[in-house]
Amino acid sequence: MTSIGTGYDLANSIFSPDGRNFQVEYAVKAVENGGTSIGIRCKDGVVLAVEKIVTSKLLKQSANKRIATVDRHLGVAFSGMIPDGRHFIDRARDEARAWRDTFKTPISTADLASRMGGYMQAYTLYQSVRPFGITAIVGGFDSTEAAPVDGEVGSGPSCGAGGKVLGKTHGGPFLYMIEPSGLYWGYYGAATGKGRQSAKAELEKLDLGGPAGPALTLEEAVKEAARIIYVAHDDSKDKEFELEMTWISGADGPTKGLHQEVPKALREEAERLAKKSLEDDEEEEPKEEKMEE
Amino acid sequence: MDHRPQAWGRPRDDVYGAYDASYLHNNGPKTATQSPIVTGTSVIAIKFKDGVVMAADNLASYGSLARFTDVKRLRPFLSTSVVGFGGDVSDMQFLDRHLKELATDEAYEHEASSTTTDEGGSGAGEGQLNAANLYKYLSKLMYRRRNDFDPLWNQILVAGLDAHAKPFLASVDLRGTTFTSPSLATGFGAMLAQPIMRRYAATEEDAARLTREEAVNVIKECMKVLFYRDARSLDRYSIAVVTKDGVELSEDEQLEKQSWAFAERIRGYGTQVV
Repeated sequence: MTSIGTGYDLANSIFSPDGRNFQVEYAVKAVENGGTSIGIRCKDGVVLAVEKIVTSKLLKQSANKRIATVDRHLGVAFSGMIPDGRHFIDRARDEARAWRDTFKTPISTADLASRMGGYMQAYTLYQSVRPFGITAIVGGFDSTEAAPVDGEVGSGPSCGAGGKVLGKTHGGPFLYMIEPSGLYWGYYGAATGKGRQSAKAELEKLDLGGPAGPALTLEEAVKEAARIIYVAHDDSKDKEFELEMTWISGADGPTKGLHQEVPKALREEAERLAKKSLEDDEEEEPKEEKMEE
Repeated sequence: MDHRPQAWGRPRDDVYGAYDASYLHNNGPKTATQSPIVTGTSVIAIKFKDGVVMAADNLASYGSLARFTDVKRLRPFLSTSVVGFGGDVSDMQFLDRHLKELATDEAYEHEASSTTTDEGGSGAGEGQLNAANLYKYLSKLMYRRRNDFDPLWNQILVAGLDAHAKPFLASVDLRGTTFTSPSLATGFGAMLAQPIMRRYAATEEDAARLTREEAVNVIKECMKVLFYRDARSLDRYSIAVVTKDGVELSEDEQLEKQSWAFAERIRGYGTQVV
């Protein structure tokens, strides 16, 4: 950043002559120091995982959750400044509530990402505020029904006008990542935070974006997510961390369309496999590692 | 011609005489719902040793017209409780949306305070609203609306487990009247189904001896009797079983083994010749 010190980084909403907003770039720096978060969109759902760095031994284990539920079918994980993330979640919940009040139907993942992208972007425009110091990963499973309506009492016509179109599919698993600039894209697999480089490298090896859709199943994705968090953590071995994982399946899957924590047994199994795979890697290429160091 | 907005859409005074504007003013007190419009009939429920069984048919009547025949009147709440609605269907929809909002907030709250997640544990997690809490909330809501002279025209049964994981069943109606019993029925069911259910569960002790299968059979028998004798009922119904493992809800049941032989012997009304 050669333009630092030229005064263009002092205020939000001021461009530098070469067209950059330094405050937003500094916010990205805050994200890059946060614990790694990843999201995987697979065949039958979405998995979110966070490397929760243990900042103090005085904090209760597995308390202070970092991944939050929005409405019932959406999950938000984030890397960066935790208070900013908390506010982001509060706002996302308000948006989801407002959507239900207006449309009597749950907000889709895409619509929530759009609204929250707009919200974050607004914090890059004004002198009075600073950008969010987080990158958020929003995962959700949109209902596969044509149009679920709150308070609906009947099932409507089964065919004909207003009926269901044979073979037409709706909803499914979705994953979005929103950056401090307000930029958001839909992803097959998303990673952010300190270990994002190695996490992305691992995500790219997975079969997530084939022409026929992702081949990975939820259970496989849970195991991969655990492994990737462990791989991504490797670089900063000094600090302890907790693995926090949540998942969302369709109505016929294990979470019944809800965003839930991965059951303890499955998470521990995934962690065991992750540790084992790391050990195996170390045995295979001990010399290489020494060379790098 | 009178072009003032007050005259728009009205018969011309010069042709039809002065318009009787008294129709436009309501001189009485402000009124809210005076009667239900689209209604559901009985909801019935009975406790057994591990939980509660509840049933209601899938009909919403418009007066005596069987208007909607696939209406779900049993609503699960947070997979810990079931709420059954008799009475006005639009008020039921309002309450359903309201409860959904409550459930979402409850899930947020529970998530924030959760430290350990037990999978497949008791229905209501620690600190989560159980059926008794939900019932208290609903009864306060109904009573408040009655005091506003804007009642929600329903009679509601709430089933689930209470704070001690014991089966819980209670009723609240549009006047905010609350009561509880080992078996409960709303509407016509209070006359037709309640006596049958009392034969099997007159007291809490009797109910605590009933097995799930027995309770389900009693409920199915009662639904059949209700279909025989209640003209606003349907042979398609929903049945829910709440236990500590959650809510099992089946929304498309069909009455089995009906026998209308007794109809032959009914005398006194209808089109008999003799």
